[in-house]
Amino acid sequence: MIPAAEPAYSETTAALTILLVFLIPLAAAGVALIHTGLSRSRSAAHTMLASLLIAAVAALVYGACGFAWQGVTGHPGHSILIAGRAWRWIGNESFFLHSITVSEPPAAMVACFGVFSAGLCTLIPLGAGADRWRLGAALASAVFVAGIVFPLFAHWTWAGWLRDLGNLYGLGGGYVDLAGSGAIHALGGMSALALCWTLGPRRSKYTLDGMPVALPGHNTVLVLAGCLLAWTGWLGLNGAGALLFGGLSASALPLVAIDTTFAAAAAALTAAAVTRIRFRRPDASLCANGWVGGLVASSGACAYFTPFTAVFVGAIAGLLIPLSVEWLDIYLELDDPGGAISVYGVGGVWGMLATGLLADIPGIGSGQFLAQLVAVSTLLGFALPVFYAWHRLLNRVYPQRVSDEGERQGMDLHELGAGAYPEFVIHREDFSQR
Amino acid sequence: MKLAGFLLALAGWAIVLAAVVLLAAPVPRGAFAAAGMAVEILGLGLAARAHLGNRGGRA
Repeated sequence: MIPAAEPAYSETTAALTILLVFLIPLAAAGVALIHTGLSRSRSAAHTMLASLLIAAVAALVYGACGFAWQGVTGHPGHSILIAGRAWRWIGNESFFLHSITVSEPPAAMVACFGVFSAGLCTLIPLGAGADRWRLGAALASAVFVAGIVFPLFAHWTWAGWLRDLGNLYGLGGGYVDLAGSGAIHALGGMSALALCWTLGPRRSKYTLDGMPVALPGHNTVLVLAGCLLAWTGWLGLNGAGALLFGGLSASALPLVAIDTTFAAAAAALTAAAVTRIRFRRPDASLCANGWVGGLVASSGACAYFTPFTAVFVGAIAGLLIPLSVEWLDIYLELDDPGGAISVYGVGGVWGMLATGLLADIPGIGSGQFLAQLVAVSTLLGFALPVFYAWHRLLNRVYPQRVSDEGERQGMDLHELGAGAYPEFVIHREDFSQR
Repeated sequence: MKLAGFLLALAGWAIVLAAVVLLAAPVPRGAFAAAGMAVEILGLGLAARAHLGNRGGRA
């Protein structure tokens, strides 16, 4: 069975955990830079501002009610009886973090982890909605994700019925997801997919005969810098998750860091090789997507992979993600400028399955893969329809897509009144003789 | 068709949960769970196909 998530916290472990938790915002910063770089120049300021405001809304809403519903492992929660067994389905903490005290380090750190993770999860769909998703709609979605869906799924993952599948039904050690491969990333990927379906593609993305037109991101340097920043953030995310939810000691951290890095490295190199074979040159944005996809896939069992397994997990992620980006673009006509569905949805689901297939989790019996499969089916069969229903409902009340004129003008000018790169504007007088 | 797709996805999830709750032997449990996943994927395929008609972004 998975060790209890509330170990006797030594001061050293507590200090290390909080230090790692404090690195998580760097992951969000990296993701924001990647989304901005992959959007068009006329939407750059809008994307970056939306990232900041989404993270702000997510932090406040999660603090107000999300943590109360997520709960903490070992703390009392609400459960329902199914066939004589208690399924813990929602937490029972106080609203507005009233139950958090400094004398209770695990709960306070879970809350801190949740505040940052909720921000990361809510940022993900922004990559899919770039260049056409209105700011108000993005913030409304952040409220829904950070306030309801993320806490619910996080409770199921780290304190609820998915985690209990081992105890209740003998499925290995129950669903294992140390740092949110499913609870943070794949969940965000599902939201991105539902959003893409709701918004539709950008104008001029597809020709009348259905062929996709390449609309490349405006700043590859931002994208690649975002990857390096995300690497640091993910080291914190995976390390903190292993200590908080895996009940592991600080001695596991070097392996976590190695696995995280190896998975990302293998994914980026595989993506480079795949794009080199397919397009004759490595594609920078797809390599960046591969890198982040490797980080995402490593989150599931970052402390339970051997370094060699981490390389394999990353390599598969690096293979799946560029192919998935191309397939979604061409065959499903999903216009996802940031590759969010592939990177976080496909990469996250692969991380969840790889945990069942390849992770060496000490002391568990058979059935681990089925526990992971139940979690994947919950994402596809519950979270995705809920996200789609939410986006459709919101779209009726407050249209999420910017008008055609706004899209032509660019989100920066249309929604913010000023562009990100004002010196790029060409004035007629610049060309007149003086 | 979209609604049918998402309902199928939901039904697939219910099959997976029912397999875990009602069946104890590993082989039938695994088989029913796999069938549930197949139903989910079918539902998502249907939903994706329904969205192919969205021509809002065409030039």
